[in-house]
Amino acid sequence: MSRDTALVSADWAEKNLETPGVVFVEVDEDTSAYDTGHLPGAIKLDWKTDLQDQVRRDFVNKDQFAALLSERGITNDDTVVLYGGNNNWFAAYAYWYFALYGHREVRLLDGGRKRWELDARPLTSEAVSRPATQYVAQEPDHTIRAFRDEVVAAIGTKNLVDVRSPDEYTGRLLAPAHLPQEQAQRAGHVPTAISVPWSKAANEDGTFKSDQELREIYAAAGLDDSRETIAYCRIGERSSHTWFVLQELLGHRNVKNYDGSWTEYGSLVGVPVALGDEPGKE
Amino acid sequence: MTVSTAAGCAAPDQAAPLPTSLDLEKETVITGVVRDAAGTPVTGAYVRLLDSADEFTAEVVTSPAGQFRFFAAPGTWRLRALSRHGNGDTVITASRGVNEATVPVAVD
Repeated sequence: MSRDTALVSADWAEKNLETPGVVFVEVDEDTSAYDTGHLPGAIKLDWKTDLQDQVRRDFVNKDQFAALLSERGITNDDTVVLYGGNNNWFAAYAYWYFALYGHREVRLLDGGRKRWELDARPLTSEAVSRPATQYVAQEPDHTIRAFRDEVVAAIGTKNLVDVRSPDEYTGRLLAPAHLPQEQAQRAGHVPTAISVPWSKAANEDGTFKSDQELREIYAAAGLDDSRETIAYCRIGERSSHTWFVLQELLGHRNVKNYDGSWTEYGSLVGVPVALGDEPGKE
Repeated sequence: MTVSTAAGCAAPDQAAPLPTSLDLEKETVITGVVRDAAGTPVTGAYVRLLDSADEFTAEVVTSPAGQFRFFAAPGTWRLRALSRHGNGDTVITASRGVNEATVPVAVD
């Protein structure tokens, strides 16, 4: 993968709003943002009610995903362009989800809602409906999804990248600072995980830094690209952003996102936890 | 304690009352308004909270009344706002409880 096949610019998006076969999809943390104004023609996916099982803590399965995209009018041949607020955290989560279920042509809009709004590009609150389709999802690709036991086994052997803010990594905060401090039972990080906040990879307008800048950031942080990598954050959305950077922009192989992330790991009984600025020992 | 009741369109709602379950003896809330050069509140501004090493901690979008809110920790923080009316910053030293700040923005 590379920037050309994974990312589109706001200029490209504005020119292709009505292009047949291109479907814009907004995915936000605040699911009401779409209703106040969205890209013309864009549909919405709700990361909680559409993309997560409503009983167990897990994804919707392959059949549920196929039914969802069929109902929203996406075909297997469409180019899906994802965007959202929060610097594309949840759009990147959805991108990883589309990749997991084998969608062929999927892109992220560089800068997401923020760049689009700051540029004063068009937004509309007009309702959008697309005719239903017969979408077929592939088996989930578990080469890009990590589960908790793999994370414990990766301590000291694989690259573990903690992409939360330094205050969450050290254990001073339990959640990003726009949310009340709750969730995991313990604060800290997975021992041996390096700290590379997701925000290092983005400019302040939400667009991604250049490939050269990105390579330098991860090299300086000590990421060994000959090893497998697992990225995690609090609930798996910011780490989707870093997964996107490493695998889709920089073309690293064997990068997994641990979507259980700190809300799972920090509540497990008996696993090692490190506190403070240092990665810590095995 | 409530901050305001104006309807917000940000993520999460920046104008909603603070949750009643919130323990202000423990939480450090940083809240305030983004204002342009004329002092008018700026809606739809992107406000990010940067830590003492200038590292990103969180970001929200201001409400129709220009409000933002963060749940942080005691210490020194920088608030950085981007908007169509220009950009700006302000530094705040926060302690437990509610800390208020104004972020002025102006075209460079």
